[in-house]
Amino acid sequence: MKVCVVGCGAVGGLFAANLAQLDDVEVWAYDLDADHVGAINERGLRLSGAGEVVGRVQATTEPRELPGCDFGLVATKSMHTASAVGDASPALEHASVASVQNGVGNEEAIAEHLGKVIRGTTFPAGRVVEPGHVQWDVKGDTTLGPFEPSPAPAEDIERLADACTRAGMPTEAVADARGPQWRKLIFNASTNPIGALTHLSHGRVCEREDLRRLVTGLVDEGKAVAAAMGIELDADPEDLIDHAAEPEVAYDHKASMLQDVEARRQTEIDYLNGGIVRFGAEHGVPTPLNAAITSLIHGLEASWAR
Amino acid sequence: MIERVCVVGAGVIGSLFAGHLARVANVSCLVRRDDHARALNETGLRVSGRHEFVGRVMAATDPSELEEPDLVLVCTKATGLEGAAGALAGHFPRATVMTTQNGLGAEEILRARGEWPIVSAVTFMSGTKHSDTHVEYILDTETWLGPYEDTPYETVEEIAGLLARAELEVQGLPDLRPAQWSKLIFNATVNGVAALTGLPHDFHFADPEHLGGLVEELMAEGKRVAGAAGVELRDDPWEMNVLATQRGSAHFPSMLEDVEAGRPTEVELINGALVRAAERTEVDAPLQSALYAMIRGREASYS
Repeated sequence: MKVCVVGCGAVGGLFAANLAQLDDVEVWAYDLDADHVGAINERGLRLSGAGEVVGRVQATTEPRELPGCDFGLVATKSMHTASAVGDASPALEHASVASVQNGVGNEEAIAEHLGKVIRGTTFPAGRVVEPGHVQWDVKGDTTLGPFEPSPAPAEDIERLADACTRAGMPTEAVADARGPQWRKLIFNASTNPIGALTHLSHGRVCEREDLRRLVTGLVDEGKAVAAAMGIELDADPEDLIDHAAEPEVAYDHKASMLQDVEARRQTEIDYLNGGIVRFGAEHGVPTPLNAAITSLIHGLEASWAR
Repeated sequence: MIERVCVVGAGVIGSLFAGHLARVANVSCLVRRDDHARALNETGLRVSGRHEFVGRVMAATDPSELEEPDLVLVCTKATGLEGAAGALAGHFPRATVMTTQNGLGAEEILRARGEWPIVSAVTFMSGTKHSDTHVEYILDTETWLGPYEDTPYETVEEIAGLLARAELEVQGLPDLRPAQWSKLIFNATVNGVAALTGLPHDFHFADPEHLGGLVEELMAEGKRVAGAAGVELRDDPWEMNVLATQRGSAHFPSMLEDVEAGRPTEVELINGALVRAAERTEVDAPLQSALYAMIRGREASYS
């Protein structure tokens, strides 16, 4: 089978290099970073850290060079989903396409261009350290399921999950993937921007009583929206937040949004807290704290033009 | 009759008061640094900008070196207030003390250290300190004063008259709380949002498509707290916000400058005072509480 990874940054790179280990999978990568693409074609895509892998991946900055694929894995930053999938859509016309991105709203953007969409949530993490080289920081599970309004066939979802699992990225195909997606969404939306606004690590946010209360306020709004949508969370985000705050887990972790803010990169706020606000409005659930946080992060982004 | 004035803290506001008052009264300055006192004694205090002159002042770091004043203007930042109140304790028993700090609660901090009659003030004037002995007078906006506890209003009028003779814009009010609370709600919101976002107070704060919605909600919470505390606001904070951003200049609130420099902010007397008032009056203020918690968190991130 042919798989096209759209957006071959950290998470896209983890899937691409691992899938390329399989004999029955041909991996293509579509990415706009010419240096990264050149290095991948020259030396292969290298992972180090949690796993040492070099994958033979055919990379391109030109969507016209992509062959027709059976599967797509979209791993761009959320604000680039629509344009990247639009550009790659000729190659993905007959493909089942999964989002393995942060937040909510990506599947909707994919479905504007393509018919067979998979809702995905993934926990592995890493970062691009140099062109062609991804540092694999955290291993983790992936869940795939149908995007209800425009679903991929169940057997496709199974096939993709099976390939990922065999490649060393444990993946489960489920009938309803919204639970894990909203659990991760609520976790990220309730902690990431607080780190970005206060400059505190996850653990330090959680040990301050007033900030921990604010986190719970954000979590409660997210849970209320999920409940109104009929989504059953597969775990309580509060437990994950407390677990991550323990010294040996992620006490010192700098939220990715804080890293974005420090590097003055546009954040994914519109797909995190902004997504909770949007779905809340659709289902008549008020989300004043998530709306406030969204506005503050927009303000922070606007300050970079100062 | 006010003949001698002691200004405590010679930052921007203290320097503006001291420089102007030196032309109509005998002015002394109580400062923290010896070199600051020495410089003021040697060269006087230069005011430039809207007014141009050099005022002669007598400066010291120890109140016992200063002649007993009739009026003490406490002009430290909120973060320096405890220290200033401690330094004044036991001194100048015949003087009236005027507070000028942002927010609420400065009067209580001074009351805990002495029995002086207290006058409350809020000031909207602004400037830039170019050196220990040179302050530029930028915005000649008003200072409002009112009595605290049972200080007679005549005392307020007398101080207002003195400041007016010194060519400062001033207004005495029988009840300062409506003005103090208008400014409190304005500052808690604008300074807090500026400190967290890094934006100066500019058009984003009044734009409903941008921060305007949040700013209006934050101010609405503040207004509900004021209402529950029995205060009728002098000015609507949202209108103050719209007016200020329409002037086209982008003011950098001190809280933003403080977090960028890694200094303690005035969050306790401003956001803290508002959130505590909300708790006291049992008014829900989740957004103001969130803002307060995040600014305190930002301060904690310095270390």
